[in-house]
Amino acid sequence: MTAELPVLEVDRAPELAPYWEGLHAGELVLPVCEECGLVIWIPRAACPACMSADVAWQKQSGEGTVYSFTINHRGRGAFASASPYVIAYVELNEGPRLLTNIVGPVEGLAVGSRVRLAVEIDGEAAQPRFALAEGERRE
Amino acid sequence: MSIRGQAFIAGYYEHPERVIKDRSLPTVLAEIAYGALRDAGLGPDDIDGFVCSAEAPGFGGLSMADFLGLRNLTYLDNTELGGAAYLSHVGHAAAAIAAGKCQAVLIVMGGLPRSLMAPRWRSGPEDPFEDPAGIDTPSEYALVARRHMYEYGTTREQLAEVRVAASLHAQHNPNALLQTPVTIEEVLESPPISEPLHRLDCCVTTDGGGAIVVVSPQVARSLGRPCVKVLGHGETVKHSMLGRTDLSISGAAVSGPLAFAEAGCEPGDIDYVSLYDSFTITVLLSLEDLGFCPKGEAGRFAAEGVLRAPHGALPFNTDGGGLCNNHPEFRGGMIRTIEAVRQLREEANPAVQVPDCQLALVQGHGLSLGTRSGAATLILGREDA
Repeated sequence: MTAELPVLEVDRAPELAPYWEGLHAGELVLPVCEECGLVIWIPRAACPACMSADVAWQKQSGEGTVYSFTINHRGRGAFASASPYVIAYVELNEGPRLLTNIVGPVEGLAVGSRVRLAVEIDGEAAQPRFALAEGERRE
Repeated sequence: MSIRGQAFIAGYYEHPERVIKDRSLPTVLAEIAYGALRDAGLGPDDIDGFVCSAEAPGFGGLSMADFLGLRNLTYLDNTELGGAAYLSHVGHAAAAIAAGKCQAVLIVMGGLPRSLMAPRWRSGPEDPFEDPAGIDTPSEYALVARRHMYEYGTTREQLAEVRVAASLHAQHNPNALLQTPVTIEEVLESPPISEPLHRLDCCVTTDGGGAIVVVSPQVARSLGRPCVKVLGHGETVKHSMLGRTDLSISGAAVSGPLAFAEAGCEPGDIDYVSLYDSFTITVLLSLEDLGFCPKGEAGRFAAEGVLRAPHGALPFNTDGGGLCNNHPEFRGGMIRTIEAVRQLREEANPAVQVPDCQLALVQGHGLSLGTRSGAATLILGREDA
């Protein structure tokens, strides 16, 4: 697991620009509902819990734990040459569970491992990925 | 109003081929549709309801209704729940018949994924936030399996028993894509696909498909052939639930109780189950969420050999299932339903026919348990159930 993962260009909805601007600044910025407090994932312009359009974009801690992970040996398309690589659900401290990758050294990776945001950027493309936090690696 | 006893499955057809290189998809779908109609003793003019899902070629159901020559249609449904869609279709057809909208419904599915790979769906709002992680169906189910192992101590050996049981059944099915029994060790030692899932934890990819005819009680009586009674149906969608994806549970926890309530029976009454088996882990979640064993216990439950036909406590997927027999167009719900109909008509392969099979349950899961999935449950019974 040494190959770098591709950072894909994706369609960007105009109302979600702060998310992408946040990534390019190395931060995870998510919409938070001003009415009910839900930290919204997948990003959207109205709260899926209470329908409020009063959402504020807020920087998240970037810290979380691994909820589940897999080592994919058969990546497709741009991921074929990067296989094997780690796909994970990371539960942010703020609650949402993101489908993402664990990058960097992964010795000792387990469900429950603490991870930290590691945004990867390639030109105009950006992707929130995570790395094992200090003390979680087993060399 | 309930659909209990309001409709019967009068005909079915599972395409016998698994690799089809020399005909187009509409032609193959016509072979499938007419196979089911012949089995029911009906013709295109008898059909007043037509149901297919998004994989059907052309515009909704219109192109295929035209191609199949269905001229008397008064009921159409294109519900899309991935591989679970066809169980929903049976429930919807039964409800439409009970409501007097139609009397004879043809449900058709099929595809040629080994021979013809076409773009399958338009992008969803989640795609820009999930696809860049390099996900695919096996890796999404691998996340489910890993979480189940973490929460409940489930082992790869326990998952492997699901494949072993399916392969023991498939050896009796001359149409199954894979007919050779496998051992626990062979499953464990097969190449890793997306860990902890290995190749033999994954279903086959096949061309072909299947069809079912659902008719009213009056039509069923007029046909003079064994029909299977639709007793209960439940469906739901299980998704990220506001971005807090829970991988430990499936939509069967909702669709199952709905179907049991409508059918007026309990898990202990069921003689045979067709459980969606896109991957071995899919079967374990269904066993728990349908109440055949407590949450977290399905690995140990399966390892006792209960799934093995004909004498296990809960024989499953006696055709070999999607793991060994057939999973056309990456969608297993139609073929799982057909095997339940075979069991109730006592037409399963003799070595795996469940003795005195009175009640069968079919569980479907469409798209992906790792992200968002459609779930549907059917409970079917013998004609006199």
